[in-house]
Order: sequence, then C-alpha cells, then structure tokens
Amino acid sequence: MNNSYRIALAGNPNTGKSTLFNAFTGLRQHTGNWAGKTVSLAEGTVRHKEKNYQIVDLPGTYSLFSNSVDEEVARNYIVFEKPDITLVVLDATSLERNLNLALQVLEMTKNVIVCINLIDEAEKKGIKINERILTRKLGVPVIKISARNKIGFPMLLDTIDRLVSGKIECNPVQTTYNEEIEEKITTIESKISNLVGNTISSRWLALRLLDGDKALLTEFNRRLVLNDQVRREA
Amino acid sequence: MDESNKISLFQGKKGNLIKISSISLEGVMRRRLLDLGFVPGAIVEVIKKSPLGDPIAFRVSQTTIALRKEESMKIEGELVNHE
Amino acid sequence: MNMNELFSEAQAISSPQLRDDIVQQLYSRSRELCDVGVSYTKTKADTRTEKLDAIFTSKIWGFPIMLIMLGVVFYLTIAGANIPSSMLAEFFGWLEGYITSVFQFLHAPDWLHGILVLGLYRGSTWVISVMLPPMAIFFPTFALLENYGYLPRVAFNMDRLFKFVGAHGKQSLTMAMGFGCNAAAVMSSRIIESPRERMLAILTNNFVPCNGRWGILIVLASLFMAANFTGGFKLLVTTGVIVGIVLFGIVVTFFVSWALSKTLLKGVPTHYTLELPPYRRPKFFDTVIRSSLTKSWTVLVRAVKVAAPAAILTWVLANIHIGDTSILLHMVEFLDPFGKMLGLDGYIMLAFILGLPANEIVLPILLMGYLSTGSLTEVDSLVDLKQIFLDHGWTWVTALNVMLFSLLHYPCGTTLVNIYKETKSKKWTFLAFLIPTVLAIVVPFIVYQTAKLLGWV
Repeated sequence: MNNSYRIALAGNPNTGKSTLFNAFTGLRQHTGNWAGKTVSLAEGTVRHKEKNYQIVDLPGTYSLFSNSVDEEVARNYIVFEKPDITLVVLDATSLERNLNLALQVLEMTKNVIVCINLIDEAEKKGIKINERILTRKLGVPVIKISARNKIGFPMLLDTIDRLVSGKIECNPVQTTYNEEIEEKITTIESKISNLVGNTISSRWLALRLLDGDKALLTEFNRRLVLNDQVRREA
Repeated sequence: MDESNKISLFQGKKGNLIKISSISLEGVMRRRLLDLGFVPGAIVEVIKKSPLGDPIAFRVSQTTIALRKEESMKIEGELVNHE
Repeated sequence: MNMNELFSEAQAISSPQLRDDIVQQLYSRSRELCDVGVSYTKTKADTRTEKLDAIFTSKIWGFPIMLIMLGVVFYLTIAGANIPSSMLAEFFGWLEGYITSVFQFLHAPDWLHGILVLGLYRGSTWVISVMLPPMAIFFPTFALLENYGYLPRVAFNMDRLFKFVGAHGKQSLTMAMGFGCNAAAVMSSRIIESPRERMLAILTNNFVPCNGRWGILIVLASLFMAANFTGGFKLLVTTGVIVGIVLFGIVVTFFVSWALSKTLLKGVPTHYTLELPPYRRPKFFDTVIRSSLTKSWTVLVRAVKVAAPAAILTWVLANIHIGDTSILLHMVEFLDPFGKMLGLDGYIMLAFILGLPANEIVLPILLMGYLSTGSLTEVDSLVDLKQIFLDHGWTWVTALNVMLFSLLHYPCGTTLVNIYKETKSKKWTFLAFLIPTVLAIVVPFIVYQTAKLLGWV
C-alpha cells in the first residue's frame, strides 16, 4: 500500500499560509518550478502516524477565477494535479472574504479541509467561531488552528490522517445560485460529464465555461494533447 | 432610492458607510474588485486617505483595501447612516 | 462533441452579468455562514491597527518615519557588516597562505596556483566577504518589517508619486530591496500583480545602487568630492554627494518608468488594489533564520557561481601575454579612446566589463590594472588609493563619471539572469541591459563634454 499523500495549501495572501507550511515542514523544503510557469511552488514533507505527506504551498490568491498567473497555477494544481487533500487556510479575523475562496475550492474538488488560522488573534479580538456549525454547513471538516503558536495541530493532523485512510468522508455542500444560472448549469452539465466522466467536477466546469474562462479551456486542451501523447507512447 | 444619498466611494468621508450599488469598471480590475468583496450590496467603510491624498483605504468584507481615485470614483453606492 | 464546442455552446447561453452574479452569490453565502458561525463577544473592536496606521500613514509623520526606517536599515547594514566583512576577508587571507603552501609542497606549476588561488579562490572569497555580512543583515531586517505589516503602508504612502509615472506604489518596496541587492529585488517584484507595473519595477530596479556599488560610491565621494573639506564637514559633503547620486538614480527611475509606460508598455492592461493587512508581531528568530537561508544564501550562491568563472578569466587575461603586454592591457588600449570620450579611461571601462558578474569586483579589478599586479588587489590606505588614481590622471570629473557610470550601467550578471527568469523574455532582458547601458554612456559623456567646454578640466 502506498503510504504517501499530497496536500495542497490554498488561501488568501496574509492568512499565515506560509507560517503553517513552515511549521509543518520545518526546513525540509525546496522550491520546485512547476508546469514551466514563472511561479515556483514551495514543497516540503511532513510525517505523521507512519504516513508521509508532501505539502505544496500554492500561491496566495483572492480567488481562483484565473485572473492572474498565480490564480491559474493554484487552480490548475487543485483541478488537474489532484492532490489527495486541499487544505484551505482562512484568516479567522476576516472570515467573510476568506470563505469566498473556500467556497470556490469546494466547487472544484471533493477532499477539502478548511483550516481557520490565527484563531488566538481572533479570540483576543472577541471573535468566536463555531466550527461545528461551519462543518455542517460546508460538508467538510473545519478546524481552528494557530500556525504561529502551533495550536490545533494534533487535531488537524488527525483529521488529515482519518480523511486519507477513509475513516471520514467529505461531502462539500455546493453553493446554489439563482434559478437562471442553475438552469444554464443543468443544460450543459450532463454534456460535460459525458466528455470528462468523473475526472473533473462537471458542475464546476459548467460554471467556468459559462463564465467564459478561456485560460482554463487552453489548459484543458493542452493537457488533453499531453495525455494522448503519453498514451500513444505507452 | 434617495438620489441625494448616492455617492462614489471616492467622495466618501472618513467613517462613512457606503452600500455599493454599481461598479462602472470592466476587465481584470472589475473582477479583482469583485474578488475582494466589492460586490453590489456590500457595505464599505471609508478608512483613511494616504498622506498625499490618493489612494484611499476602505474596509470591505473585514479587510482593508486601498484603491486609487480612478477606480474608487467609478464605484457608486448609497450612504448608509450610522447606527 | 469536444470541449471547444461545449465552450461555444456555454457562451451562447451565458450573459456578461454572470461573473457578477456568481461572485455576489458566493459572498452572500459567505456572509450567511459568518452570521450563523461567528459571534462577536466584545462590543469594542480592536483598534491597534487603526492607531498604528494613524501614525505610520499620517500626513505629518508618514514620510519622516519612512525615511528614518530606511536610514536605520542602512545604518544597521553598513555599520554591522564592517567588522564581520573584514574578519571574513582576514580569515580567507590567512587560509590563502596555507593553500599556497600546499601548492608549493606539491610543486604545482605557477599557472595552476595562479588560476585556482589568485584567480578563482581570491575572486570568490572576495565576493563572499563583501556580500555575505551586509546581506545577512539587510534581508532579515527587511523581512521583519515585511512580516510586521509595515511595508504595505510604505506602498500606500508612496503610491501617488508612482502613479504619476505610470508605476505601482509597491515599486517603492522593490527599490528599497534594490539597495541591498538588485538581483533579489527583481525576484521580489512578484508582489506587484499588474503585469505592466511589474515590468517597470523589473526594468528600472538597476538605477538603485545595490550593496555592491555602495563601496565604490562612498570611496570616490570622500576621496574626490569632499577632498577640500576636513572633519565633520567632510563627512557631511560625502554624505551629501551620495544622497545626490541616489536621488539622481531615483529621478532616472521615474523618468525611465514614465517613458516606458508611454511607449513600449503603453496599453498593457493595468489594475491596482493594495491590501493593508493588520499589524502582526513577527516571529523573530524564525523570520531571521528563514530569510537568511532563503534570500541571502541563494543570492550569494548565485553570485559566487558567476564570480568564480569571471575571476579565473580575469587572472588569465592579466597573465597571458601577447608580445610583451598582457591580453588585459591590449584590451585596455583598445577601450581607452572610447573611455576618454566619457571622461573615463580604458582601465575603468575594462573593470566594469569584467565586473559584469558582480559589482563588488569592479574596484579590485581596476586596482589590479593600475598597479599591474596580475591579481585582485586591495589597498589599505585611502591616501594611497587616491595617489594611484591621481597618477592615472583622475580629476573630480573622472570620479563623478565613474560614480555615474556605476549607478547607471547594465545590471550585474545575477540580476540579468533573474530578469530573464522573471520575464521569460529575451527581448525584455535585452532591454534591461540596453536602457541602462545607453544612459551610462550618454550621461557621463554630457557631463565630461560640458565640463571640458566650461574649462573645468
């Protein structure tokens, strides 16, 4: 049995995402240039309960709608490289904007853990977060941590462990849009699933096509060509 | 809507709360603003001007974002009274 | 049916309003989630960040505090680096003695000792002892200010000035970084999201004198510009000249930014938003260690990689003779007429050319040429140094033009490599080389010809 897993860290800038990455991986990290883009991703490893995790620190972005190279790199990694878990790091002191990104990730992939960072700072400011309500509303584990003071790490690592070993399951609750949008999604979603099967969330792809995401289309076709080449060579 | 209450973010005074009604910008800048929470219906607080008068910092969806005059002039909203 | 057809089909039923609706509805769900999942117990909000902003971005205090901070970082870097730098240099010198003995013991031929010890070893260790200490101070200090949250405020304060020339306020940060190392600053331009402003920051960063150029600027300012003054006044004049040079570099930065945004970069899309995150106390040791390891170390390794071959080349040029003169001297003679046009000479031109890998080695190469020692040379006393320059016909105009050439000339090898890595474009990398080179020729030329016309020299 394969004992190593890949975890991608996603989140807004200034959420302490890199602090979490550093706390996890210590100095066991290196920078890997990825997919030939100018953006390089930091990678590191952590070991927990006989399992190896390779952690990839995605660029900090405000959204994943491919408005910039950073956003494309993060989006492509989550959708096409399919990490075993995508860890979305949120800033507890500005959850509203941070959740926006988390909701986008929930549309893209199934195995998501929402990690609310800077929880000690938030508590000092009198902000109380009920993670159980959020877990229920989002359909994925929500964990409160402080990367800076290493609070909540055992819980986070255990959740990661239980998720990869299949003891818990994620059922991301999708955002329901207004009727007009939902109708349009339904119109093309089935055609998409005929084409891509289960490899990519057809609902998410439908939304991106409706939004006119040309960068995604280009990336999709590029990977299609690459896959064909690999198959022919095999 | 009361027309006299309608102002652009740029016209807001420090401490004003403005409920966004329209964003007259296109392209990447518009999408970037949306991502940051400058969406119609959101309430924005005017925080402060930079020492040279531009840009201006706004509080939106619990974060502080500075915008230049060119952009903040094109975001309009309704002045919300203090509670 | 393939994806392209599906894309067209989706576009046919979509509307331009769709993105707005999607984001708006994501945000209203975010708000709903916060309403049920988050509660606020304190009625009074935390105002620490507002209070600090009232000082750091104040109309009265904002700019003075910025200048003081920059001054403190410089002072820490220059004062703090002096002793470790000379200790390192001494250590490497001491080690060189032993290495030389080993070569003698093995009866190694002179040329081998020349290439490996006098060339490679001396050149690389020189770069290490001059570069490492200041970088090990500058970058961690910078990282601390960054992690504290102060740097975005600098961008906030400065933005109006940069907007004027079509640039981004964050360019003030990449410029400040450039005072430490242009190569690292080029990499740090990633903080500017908008492509046009980012390119401006990359192309003009070189006009900020990096740590490797401070040495030559300070030495020449105090030797030639402040020569007729003594005591405290001398220090004042030296400082004044340096500040003048730096300000001139900033003026050039603004001018080139303005010219580029009106010409080559015209119409490239631009967008501006700047987040001002809350102030957070940085983890001191973590920040210091990490920034030393990542920034200082990688920059140093890269510098040595370029400096090492250059050091070997320099030694070879200085020690292989054609006829009865070395290749180096042939090159000097070839470059001399051109140098003279700019109020410089062939030795100076060659020092800057061979100094392409790292600005730190320009002065040692120049001295090596003037003293015809055949290997990188350091002079202990400033008086001796001035005499060497005077013997080779220097005037204050020569000194001024060397300073201007140093300020304006092409970026060092490491910086050029990084510019290529960041832009992935040969065209832009070439322009990053060409623009400064043209300026470094034109400006000293004008200065020298004017001075000659007015009968100053």
